[in-house]
Amino acid sequence: MNAPEELLKITDLRVHFPVRGGIFRRAVGSCKAVDRVSLVLQKGQTLGLVGESGCGKSTLAKSVVKLVEPTSGSIKFKNQEIAGKKAQNNFRKNVQMVFQDPAESLNSRMTVGAILEEPLDIHHIVEKNVRSERVAELLEQVGLSRSAANRYPFEFSGGQRQRIGIARALALQPELLVLDEPVSALDVSVQSQVLNLLMDLQSKLGLTYLLIAHDLAVVKHVSDIIAVMYLGKIVEIGPAEEIYLKPAHAYTKALISAIPIPDPTKKRKRVIIPGDVPSPINPPSGCAFGHRVGSSLYPESVGKKLDMEEVSTGHFVLQCPCCT
Amino acid sequence: METDILLDIKGLSVSFETDEGRVQALDSVDFQVGLGQTLGLVGESGCGKSVTALSIMRLLPKPVGKITSGRIHFQGKDLLELSADGMRQVRGNEIGMIFQEPMNALNPVRTIGDQLSEVFLLHQEIGVKEAWFKSVEMLHDVGIPASDSRAFEYPHQLSGGMRQRVVIAMALACRPKLVIADEPTTALDVTVQAQILELLQTLQKQLGSSVLLITHDLGVIAETCDEVCVMYAGRIVERASTVELFANPRHAYTRGLLSSIPRLDRIPKTELSTIDGMVPGLSDLNQGCRFAPRSGKVHPQALLDQRSPLQEVTEGHWVESCPLCSNL
Repeated sequence: MNAPEELLKITDLRVHFPVRGGIFRRAVGSCKAVDRVSLVLQKGQTLGLVGESGCGKSTLAKSVVKLVEPTSGSIKFKNQEIAGKKAQNNFRKNVQMVFQDPAESLNSRMTVGAILEEPLDIHHIVEKNVRSERVAELLEQVGLSRSAANRYPFEFSGGQRQRIGIARALALQPELLVLDEPVSALDVSVQSQVLNLLMDLQSKLGLTYLLIAHDLAVVKHVSDIIAVMYLGKIVEIGPAEEIYLKPAHAYTKALISAIPIPDPTKKRKRVIIPGDVPSPINPPSGCAFGHRVGSSLYPESVGKKLDMEEVSTGHFVLQCPCCT
Repeated sequence: METDILLDIKGLSVSFETDEGRVQALDSVDFQVGLGQTLGLVGESGCGKSVTALSIMRLLPKPVGKITSGRIHFQGKDLLELSADGMRQVRGNEIGMIFQEPMNALNPVRTIGDQLSEVFLLHQEIGVKEAWFKSVEMLHDVGIPASDSRAFEYPHQLSGGMRQRVVIAMALACRPKLVIADEPTTALDVTVQAQILELLQTLQKQLGSSVLLITHDLGVIAETCDEVCVMYAGRIVERASTVELFANPRHAYTRGLLSSIPRLDRIPKTELSTIDGMVPGLSDLNQGCRFAPRSGKVHPQALLDQRSPLQEVTEGHWVESCPLCSNL
């Protein structure tokens, strides 16, 4: 096997949700939450997924941990198909998820110890008598004290709760962590603590991350590869530095220029995108972004099948007449 | 130049009645907003930013929240001495407020045109028809396309960015002298945030209003504010012009905040600097330096018991003069 190991490979993934209407609640249309998405994640890398709300980031993440069943396409984890009903479920302990709001994703009636023991119990991987030892180990790994095991989630601050969420995800020693907006609910000073912890754990344990965030500065800081999503499609994917320095798609350019820069001496010309993300239920027939900005070249993209093209090594851009 | 000051807050203290007894949410806060100026209030959750805004509007939850001391002078009159009726004349008319979550700030069962008309009907002596006409015009001004038909829509029919535009239209309807924007873009996507900030700035220029912008995002502050107050645990720890604050942060907390945000121009995958510990709870605050437990420096008892006053280090740059936490 060649050196960089493909841990996760998504090919042509579609996740469509039926839209029901009429008195019989029949499917009258579909919401194309994720539409023909392909990506590859190497072992030990971090892939940052950015995009506006409603672009399908979270749906993509959920289909990777199999909380959502894809409509078509394949998701391979270590060359094993995990999409579809026949797929084996033994990949689950290797893929764990950290959720956005730690206050809502921890059971408030369970002690932290019980929360961390539950995955060990379900997957029978640690003997009962040494479980508490493993829990203590996990807590120390995320920078909490051993005594935290006997306390309840409400006794902790937001940042500490997110550490518990991370500890729970690490309990089964997974290889891939899906991080869905792990720091967006946290304060700035705590956010950097959690980001440092995540980067630290990655280098110690050789973890692979699929990171979803809307804060582009955060994504840029921790990712190797960045994928930009717009209306269910990846419009651009490539090495993090390159995406920032040489964005090729008009949407990526606009997204980057919209980030407020914490430096009052830098006055930039902002590209303001008019309008909102169109509805994925009834998307424009051509390039969705060209439609939003009212590009004069938009009619050219109508009816065309838009494909990804490699502009430089590992840097793919969705080719469309109005945006690239 | 006393005459140029629109809002002058002196020694404002607010406390809340909780299960754990009285907690002090604001401790002797002073600041001024000049005419046509944009002042930013920045800080983490629980530092008292929103409580400051609510105190100015006198909208603190009753009876738990109480202004214990201080005064709020707006255009020469003390807002705290106004009657409930007098205050109602100020709210929405002379001071407009933009709330964080537009969905919660709008009434879901009334059309947006209807809600917007209400502002005109309350504060101006005009008829229903004219109020509706003005509302449509206002919606047009905040960039809502086809505003004459959109006015008949309900909040749920609009996107987040559009809803925030409606809230802005309501806040600015009576051309207020002061607009308080409490995290106006926090619930929005970056691209929509850029639209809304741009809109706010344009309207501010048109109307010549002053803006009190409350946010936790230093990027937003840098792009929009003239002056900044950094708040921590119910107090202002540093106040300076935006350029000065970002160039020479004097307080350890400001420095910590500025260095802990990930930036685009920072080398990726390097360790971010952090502020140790976490924001203190309001029930266990000391009277002296409140940043002491996170500063990494051992404070003598005297500094923990006695508050160091704000000191002007260079012109217009004020910092809480705790000798261990600030560069004086």
